[in-house]
Amino acid sequence: MKGKLILEDGSVFYGEMLQNGNAVGEVVFNTGMTGYQEILTDPSYCGQIVTLTFPLIGNYGVADLFEQSDKPYVRGFVISELCVNPSNWQAEGALADYLKSRNIPCIYGVDTRAITRKIRSHGTMKGIIVSEAASEAEIAELFARPPQIEVVKEVTTKSVYRMLNHGPHVVVIDYGIKRNILNSLHKIGCNLTIVPAHTTAEQIMALQPDGIFLSNGPGDPKDLPEAVEVIKDLLGKKPMFGICLGHQLIALALGADTYKLKFGHRGSNQPVKNLTTGRVHITSQNHGYSVHEDSLAGKNLIITHRAVNDGTVEGMRHQDIPLFSVQYHPEAAPGPDDNTYLFDEFWTLLTKGE
Amino acid sequence: MPKKEYLRKVLVIGSGPIVIGQAAEFDYAGTQACRALKEEGIEVVLVNSNPATIMTDANIADRVYIEPLTPEFLEEIIAKERPDGVLATLGGQAGLNLAFKLAERGVFEKYHAELLGTSIEAIKKAEDRELFKETMQAIGEPIPESTIVEDIESAKQFAEEIGFPLIVRPAYTMGGTGGGIASNDQELVDIVTRGLKYSLIGQVLIERSVAGWKEIEYEVMRDANDNCITVCNMENFDPVGIHTGDSIVVAPSQTLADYEYQMLRSASLRIIRELGIEGGCNAQYALDPNSNQYYVIEVNPRVSRSSALASKATGYPIAKVATKIAIGYHLDEIVNAVTQKTMACFEPTLDYVVVKFPRWPFDKFMFADRILGTQMKATGEVMSIDRTFEGALLKAVRSLEIGLHRLHIPEIAGLSTEAIRDNLKLANDERLFVVAEALRRNIAIDEIHQVTGIDFWFLDKIKNIVTMETALREGVLSPELMGTAKKIGFADKTIAEITGKTTDEIRNIRKEQQIVPCYKMVDTCAAEFEAATPYYYSTYAQEDEVSISHKRKVLVLGSGPIRIGQGVEFDYCSVHSVWALREMGLESIIVNNNPETVSTDFDTSDRLYFEPLTPEDVLNIIDKEQPEGVIVQFGGQTAINLAGPLAKAGVKVFGTSVENIDKAEDREKFDALLEEIGIPRPQGTTVTNAEDAVREATKIGYPVVVRPSYVLGGRAMEIVYSEAELKDYMNRAVKASPEHPVLVDRYMQGTEVEVDAISDGQDVLIPGIMEHVERAGVHSGDSIAVYPTQTLPSAVIQTIVDYTKKLAVGLNVKGLLNIQYVIADGVVYVIEVNPRSSRTIPFLSKVTNVPMVNVATRIALGATLKSLGYQPGLMPPKPYIAVKAPVFSFAKMLQVDISLGPEMKSTGEVMGTDYHYARALYKAITAAGMNVPSQGTVLFTVANKDKAEAGELAKGFADLGYSLVATAGTAQYLQSLGLAVDTVQKVHEHKADIIQMIKTGKINMVINTLTHGKEPERDGFKIRRATVEHAIPCLTSMDTAKEVLHVLNFMRERRLVYALALQDYVGGGDNLV
Repeated sequence: MKGKLILEDGSVFYGEMLQNGNAVGEVVFNTGMTGYQEILTDPSYCGQIVTLTFPLIGNYGVADLFEQSDKPYVRGFVISELCVNPSNWQAEGALADYLKSRNIPCIYGVDTRAITRKIRSHGTMKGIIVSEAASEAEIAELFARPPQIEVVKEVTTKSVYRMLNHGPHVVVIDYGIKRNILNSLHKIGCNLTIVPAHTTAEQIMALQPDGIFLSNGPGDPKDLPEAVEVIKDLLGKKPMFGICLGHQLIALALGADTYKLKFGHRGSNQPVKNLTTGRVHITSQNHGYSVHEDSLAGKNLIITHRAVNDGTVEGMRHQDIPLFSVQYHPEAAPGPDDNTYLFDEFWTLLTKGE
Repeated sequence: MPKKEYLRKVLVIGSGPIVIGQAAEFDYAGTQACRALKEEGIEVVLVNSNPATIMTDANIADRVYIEPLTPEFLEEIIAKERPDGVLATLGGQAGLNLAFKLAERGVFEKYHAELLGTSIEAIKKAEDRELFKETMQAIGEPIPESTIVEDIESAKQFAEEIGFPLIVRPAYTMGGTGGGIASNDQELVDIVTRGLKYSLIGQVLIERSVAGWKEIEYEVMRDANDNCITVCNMENFDPVGIHTGDSIVVAPSQTLADYEYQMLRSASLRIIRELGIEGGCNAQYALDPNSNQYYVIEVNPRVSRSSALASKATGYPIAKVATKIAIGYHLDEIVNAVTQKTMACFEPTLDYVVVKFPRWPFDKFMFADRILGTQMKATGEVMSIDRTFEGALLKAVRSLEIGLHRLHIPEIAGLSTEAIRDNLKLANDERLFVVAEALRRNIAIDEIHQVTGIDFWFLDKIKNIVTMETALREGVLSPELMGTAKKIGFADKTIAEITGKTTDEIRNIRKEQQIVPCYKMVDTCAAEFEAATPYYYSTYAQEDEVSISHKRKVLVLGSGPIRIGQGVEFDYCSVHSVWALREMGLESIIVNNNPETVSTDFDTSDRLYFEPLTPEDVLNIIDKEQPEGVIVQFGGQTAINLAGPLAKAGVKVFGTSVENIDKAEDREKFDALLEEIGIPRPQGTTVTNAEDAVREATKIGYPVVVRPSYVLGGRAMEIVYSEAELKDYMNRAVKASPEHPVLVDRYMQGTEVEVDAISDGQDVLIPGIMEHVERAGVHSGDSIAVYPTQTLPSAVIQTIVDYTKKLAVGLNVKGLLNIQYVIADGVVYVIEVNPRSSRTIPFLSKVTNVPMVNVATRIALGATLKSLGYQPGLMPPKPYIAVKAPVFSFAKMLQVDISLGPEMKSTGEVMGTDYHYARALYKAITAAGMNVPSQGTVLFTVANKDKAEAGELAKGFADLGYSLVATAGTAQYLQSLGLAVDTVQKVHEHKADIIQMIKTGKINMVINTLTHGKEPERDGFKIRRATVEHAIPCLTSMDTAKEVLHVLNFMRERRLVYALALQDYVGGGDNLV
C-alpha cells in the first residue's frame, strides 16, 4: 500500500506502508548506520516519528538482546529500504515482522535524505504518516491533534524494581531509561533501585541511597516541573549523575535554562571534547534540547564537555557538590563505547568517602 | 597542539611505479600530502621515480626529484636538501620500507631530519610479525595462532601442531607477494620457499586459516593527543581467504549488528593507541559468522589502498588529515574540508552504499591463474555509489569496462547446471557471475552459501537482481516495474537486452515515464550539516538536490580503472585538462569511477560525478548539467570509446571530431588517408576469417603482426612467423568476424619512434621525439623510451616532423595526437596514430616543460598554437636525457610469460634523467627495480636468429669480468667465438639444471630470447619464471641487454648517485651544460 509522510510545512515524501495505521509525531532523523532496534526501543523517542538516514535497514534482523526497553516507543518509522531477509547469527526475526507485531507504523522506500535535508533547513517539525488515499479532512484532523507532553509518564517504570549487586546503592530515577544504562551501572558494581519518574525526594531518601542517577527520557525538560523540584531537594545530599534528560533536569534544578535545538543531535558519530583532558570522544547522542550555556553563569557549574560541531554544552560538573552530568549517551547501544569512563567516574564519586 | 613551527622544509617520499598491490592511490595520497604541506607555508621536496603522477608535477612540490627510490638516492637528496622533516607514511609500503632502511642507516640523525607521523618503533610493532603478536597479546586482542619461520623445517613442525589449512605470508612485502594458503605439506614447502625469497627480512608468517569468516576492515586515525576516530568500516563480499585488494568490498559493513560494529571499532581504537600511530592506519579482522569471536588479521600503519577507498567512500580526506597530524596538528584543530564548519575530529556517516570492485588483468594474461587467494592480482579498481546495494554493484560492473553491463557472461550462461555447481567452488574473478547464473538455475541460496561462504545477505541481493530479470522478461514495462528496475541499478542496455528492445527505445520509454536519475551529494554527514562538496552520485529517488550553475561549462571524461595499457597517466591528463578549464574561467565537470585517483578528489574539478563511464550514465549527467560539450581526448580509450555514442546523441565533442577519430582508428579510412598524403606504412590488410588471414599473410610475407582492430595496449597482438602459428592464433586468440576484423601487417624489425604532438588543425607543435631502445615488436608501453632521440639522423627526424604535421592536419587534429613510427633501412613508416593523449604525455610534459594537456585543452576549445605563443614545429631538444623504463608485476602473476612482445605487460613506469645518457638509463633501470649484479654469472640462452648479437654481448660481459654460462646451442656458438663459456643443462636434462642454478644463486642474470610458441610448458618459460621467483634480472630483448651492458661499462668508473630536481633540469638547467 502506498503511503506518505507529510510535514507541517506541507512537504510530502512518498513510500510504501508496511501496514495500516496512521502516525502523528515530531519528525526527527538519526544518522547512525547501525542500531535501528536500539533506536526503536529507546524511550527517549516516545512521541516522535523517527527517520533513519542510512538507507538499508533491517539487514541483521532483530533480537531480544538489542531491546533498550520493553517495547518500541517511536510513533512512526520512516526508512528507505526495508530488508526482507536479514542475515546475522543473532537474528531472531525480521524487522518487518517485529514492526507489524508491535503495531509501529512504518513507511519504507522513502527518500530519507530528502527528509533530513528538509528538517536540517527548517528545523524539527510535526509530521504524519498516512496512506496515499487519506482524505484532506483526515490529514487536517491528524495535524490538529495537540502535541503530546506527558511522554515521560508513558515510558517510566510503573513500579519500583531492583538490580542487586555488591557495590554502592544507587537509586535510578527512570524518566525513560535505556536498558544499557542500567547494565552499565550494574556492570561496574552498583546496586540499583529503579524508581518511577514521579517518586518524591522523601521516598528516594528513604531508600537510603549512596548515589542518585537521573536517566534519559523523552520530551521537553520544562514539561517536568515536579521532577525538577524533586531534584532540587536531592541536590548535594548524595553523589548524583545525570544523562541526557537527567542532565537537562539537573540544569533546571540548579536554576539554569534549557532550549530547543533546531533539529537536535541524533546519531552515533557526534564528537564531544572533554575540556578537562582536551581529548575528543565520539559519542552516541539523542537529544532535541540543550542546556543554555549563558544560564550556567554563577551556578557554580563548570562545563566539562562541549560538542565539537556546534559548541553546545554536553557535560557539566558542580564545583561544590558531588554532581556531574552529560547530555550524550556513554552507554552507547547504539553507538561507540568511547565514553564508558563516565561510569567509572561516577563510581569514584560514589566510593570516594569510603 | 598546533603545527610544529620548526618545520620549514619537508621531504615527501612517493611510492614509485605502479605495480599490482600499489597503484594510483598513492598519487592521490602524495598529492594531497604535498598540498596540505604547502597550505601551511612549508617548502615541499618530493621524491618519486614515477613520472606519470600528478605529485611529480613542478606545481605540486617546490622541488621534485624524479629519482630512484633507493636508500642511496634518498640519502643524497636529504644531504642536498636538508629537510627538517621526512614524510614516508603516504608513500605506501615502498615509502615505509624506505623510511625503515634510512633509519637503519642513521640518515635521520645524521642530517637532523625528523621522521614525521608514525614512528619507526610503531611501524615495527605493526609490521614485524613477532612484535605485532606481542603487542596484540599485551592488549588482549586475539590473533590467529601463528609462528614466524625462517626455514622450511620450522614451518613443517608448526603444521604438525596446528594442522591445515594454514596461511603463509612473507614479512615486509606489499600486496601479499609470495603468500598463499597451504592445505598439505607439499604446498607448504612451495609457498614458504617462495615467501622467504620475497620477504625483505627472510621471514614468513604461518598462521591458522580463518578462511570463510567475514572479513571486516576499519580505517582509523589518531593524533599525538591520542584522539582517535574511525573514518569508515568496510565488509568484504568474499569471506576471508581472498586478499582484500581482490575482493568486492562494500562500505559501510552491511551484515554487522551495532554490537559487532562497535566491538570491532573499539578494537581498532585500542590497537591504534597501543601501536602509537600518528596518522592513518588500517585494521583488518576476521569475524566468525556464527559468534562474536574475531581475530585481528593485519594492521597497516600507514595510508593504504583501503584509505583511498575510505576517503572517496566517505568524502573524508584521510591523506590530507594524516599529513596535518604528522606536522603536529590535532584532529580537533583541523577543519573538515567538506562542511568547512565542523572539524576533522568526527566520524563520517554514510547515507548510501559504496561498492568497490577490483579490475584484474586476466584479459591480458591469458595463461595466468585466475584463482584468487592471499596474493593480490588486481591492477586497479572501480568504486560506485548508490542508495541500494544492487544499484551500487551493477554500477561497479558497468564501470569495469570488461564488456559487461549486468551479472551475465554469455560463456557462463552456456554452461550446464552441473558445470555451474562446479564453478561455484572456484574463487576466481568470475565467481559473482557464476553465483548469479546459479541463482538463475534455481540453485538454492543455502547451497551457494555452503560452497562459497558468501553471506546470505549478499546472495539475497543478487537474487533480487535475477528476480528482476525474470520480472522484466515476463511482465509489462510499467512505470512501476521500470522504476524498480532502475532503483536496483539496471542499465537501459540491460533492460533492452532482456525485453528485446533497443537501448534508445528504453531510454525514451523511461523518459516518457519520467523515470530519470536524481543526484545526491557525498557530504560525510548524511545531510546533517550543509556541505560544500561538489561531489555527486546518481540514484533513483524522490529528490534531486544538486542545483546546476549557469556558467559556461565543459565536461571531462575520466579514464576509469587502472589496467594494463591504461594507467595513471590518463588520470594525469584528465586532471590537467580540468585545471586548464578552471584557469580559463570555465566550470569543469569530471566523470570518473576510480577511487585511487587525483581526478576523483572532490576539490580537483568544480564538480565531480562519481559514475560509470557508459553512454547512459554520461548522457544522464549531460542532460542534467547541459555543458557546452565534452572533452574525450584525455581519458584514454575509455573516453574515446564514448565519443561516438555521445556525438550521436547530439553532444558536442570538443577537439578532434568523431569522424576524424574514426578515420585514425578505422583501417580502411586510415589507409586511404595515408595514400592521399603519401606516407608509407608496413604493408597490411584487414581480414574477417582464418582462411583470408593465411592467404593475405602469404602475400605479405612472414613474419606478420596480427591483432584485433580497436584495442588498447596491444591486447591479443602477436608476431607470427609461420602459417601454423597464424592458424593457431586465429583459432585461439581472436574470434574474427565481419564485426570484429583482424589486422594482418608486415612485421618491420626496425627502430621504433614515438611522437606526441599538439595540433590546432593548421599548425603542429612537437615538444619532443622519443626513441625506443627495443626494436619494433616490443609494445611501446613495455619499451625503454629515450628523449631526445639518440641515433636518428637529422633527415629521418625531418621526415618524422613532416609526417607528423601531415597526419595532424590530415586528421584535422585539435589537441593531442600520438604517433608511432618504425624506421627500417632509413625509411620511416607510420605504425599507428592515436588522436588522443597517450601514456607518454606526463613524461614528455615534464622533460620538455611544455604543459601539453593545458595547451591541448585550450586548443580543443578554440585557441591556436600561435595565439598561445607556441612556435610550430619540433622544439629544440633539451641538453639532458630522460629515459622512461617499464615496470612489471610478474611476481604477482604466476603462470605469466615475462618475455616482451607486442602485447603490453607492464603495469607502471619510472623515469631516469641525467646529462649523461648512460646515467639516465642507469637511474631508470635502478628505479625499475632491476637488480643488475656488478659481478657474477650471466646465462645466455637465445634463439638462433639472435646468436650473432648474443656473441657481441657475451664478449662485452666477459670483458667486464662476468662469468658466462649458456645452453648447449648458444654455448657452442659462443665458444666458437673464443669465449670461455660453461655449458649448462637444460631443464630436466640433469639434476643440476638451470632452474636449480638459479634457485641456488649460481646464475645472477639471464639473457634469453624467445623461441616461438606460448605454451607455459616450454623450457624458456620455466627459466624466465624462475628468474622472477628468485628476483634476478632476465632480459628478453637483445636491445635491452645491449643497453644494460652499455650502462655497466659506462658506470663502472662513474659516480652512481647523482640527484637533481626537475626544476634544476627544466629551469636553469640549460645553463649548467
